[in-house]
Amino acid sequence: MNIRAIQAIYLFEMARTWRTLLQSIVSPVVSTSLYFVVFGSAIGSRITQVEGVSYGTFIVPGLVMLSVLTQSIANASFGIYFPKFVGTIYELLSAPISYYEIVLGYVGAAATKSIILGLIILATAGLFVPLHIHHPFWMLAFLVLTAVTFSLFGFIIGIWADGFEKLQMIPMLVVTPLTFLGGSFYSVNMLPPTWRTISLLNPVVYLISGFRWSFYEISDVSVGLSVGMTLAFLAICMVAVWWIFKTGYRLKN
Amino acid sequence: MASIISVAHLSKTYGSGFKALDNINLEIQRGEIFALLGPNGAGKTTLISIICGIANPTQGKITVGGHDIIHSYRAARSLIGLVPQELHTDAFESVWATVSFSRGLFGKPKNPAHIERVLKDLSLWDKKDAKIVTLSGGMKRRVMIAKALSHEPQVLFLDEPTAGVDVELRKGMWEVVRRLQASGVTIILTTHYIDEAEEMADRIGVINKGEIILVEDKASLMQKLGKKQLRLQLQSSIEAIPPALSPYKLELSDDGSELIYSYDTKGERTGITSLLGDLRAAGIKFSDLETTQTSLEDIFVSLVRTP
Repeated sequence: MNIRAIQAIYLFEMARTWRTLLQSIVSPVVSTSLYFVVFGSAIGSRITQVEGVSYGTFIVPGLVMLSVLTQSIANASFGIYFPKFVGTIYELLSAPISYYEIVLGYVGAAATKSIILGLIILATAGLFVPLHIHHPFWMLAFLVLTAVTFSLFGFIIGIWADGFEKLQMIPMLVVTPLTFLGGSFYSVNMLPPTWRTISLLNPVVYLISGFRWSFYEISDVSVGLSVGMTLAFLAICMVAVWWIFKTGYRLKN
Repeated sequence: MASIISVAHLSKTYGSGFKALDNINLEIQRGEIFALLGPNGAGKTTLISIICGIANPTQGKITVGGHDIIHSYRAARSLIGLVPQELHTDAFESVWATVSFSRGLFGKPKNPAHIERVLKDLSLWDKKDAKIVTLSGGMKRRVMIAKALSHEPQVLFLDEPTAGVDVELRKGMWEVVRRLQASGVTIILTTHYIDEAEEMADRIGVINKGEIILVEDKASLMQKLGKKQLRLQLQSSIEAIPPALSPYKLELSDDGSELIYSYDTKGERTGITSLLGDLRAAGIKFSDLETTQTSLEDIFVSLVRTP
């Protein structure tokens, strides 16, 4: 295995984060803080407790997930799309590295960034509302698993996209709605039965539910199911990446 | 000399059905400078891309340093440095960072002394901390060469290295290439500038419409196809060539002031002495004379010209 190449890609991508610190870290933190001000304090003060916790506290896991999901996709898709766009991809393709190593470098860096970001947002949330994490190990496990899975998903989008429009399309039109409808701001148990059933088709519901359980031991669906669904999505992404590299899709002609 | 790159029965057909390469067979000798000449769209870049792993071959087998480029791609690619035609660079990286990144990508341990040497050789040392976006085109080209040399390749591909580079820089680039060859690196360059091939190459391959139509030693190619012409400026114009001179197959310029004699440099006798004697006998006097040799350019044009 070409460890040095993985390291080179990883560090190169991380360097891009530090160089664009404002865009990478500061702006998601600011927008999440705004959610707390609007939903947590302004509106949340009018809402009674949800499943035994205050509303402001209730939305913390969902907000962290919201950022981790969107940032994982954004980081990884841009990370691999940009070399394609400016043409520096030639070097990756001609280097003595396996596809598996390319993925490790890019997805590893994208996931690292969004995990750091998720933890920063969590710390920021702690300034607004009291937090208690019942299962810190599971909290981290869900965070890492989600970051890796969606970085992999972002990597696929970055390879598939052949223009900036497509790069934005999936995150804007698919991921954001799924996240908002996935119970970031409410429990799906609060929905009428029909809508609740429909919601269960949304994979994000399982992520947020499991993540919220690790904080407050309350969940919309069973924890095992949450873990299972996340792993299933991870597996689907892995197969897609394997196929992309096997066929050279959008990379080699 | 043993060959370092061996291409056998290579064909490439794109998804669109366009056949870019057709049964290419090519051996590149260790330590040589090989120039690949061909018009636009002849398949030069496709050939390089396949050897380097950027495009997939449709058919055929390629080895680099004895390693199959598909089955032993790591070993094969480690030996290769590639400088593509287009200036693809990470605009916001520093020169030092991007060159060091390339070395890492090729799995080589950090070696700041080597990177320093490469940058100094390419006159980029004082720009090492500059962002690439601030560099001129010629400097960016050299950054790309530095990236390719960062991992100490044994084979260097230069795809049109001097396209869009001014005369001064071209000369500098040639210097760099010669030094590399002296250090043992095999160099394959494609070029549109025929004088570049003439100046630099040990051997020349001509590719046209996806087929290699010629591979020759530059010197023997020049000799084989090289014709010389003797042009004689006459003191006074003549209207027709005297019949006595017909064995020489002379040409008369339109205004009748110049006689042109073509001869083969390879022939044992060029016939110049007897021609001059016969001219004198025919009473034709000349004021000046010059000889010209067919350039590689003429040879090239005659090879790829479609009737």
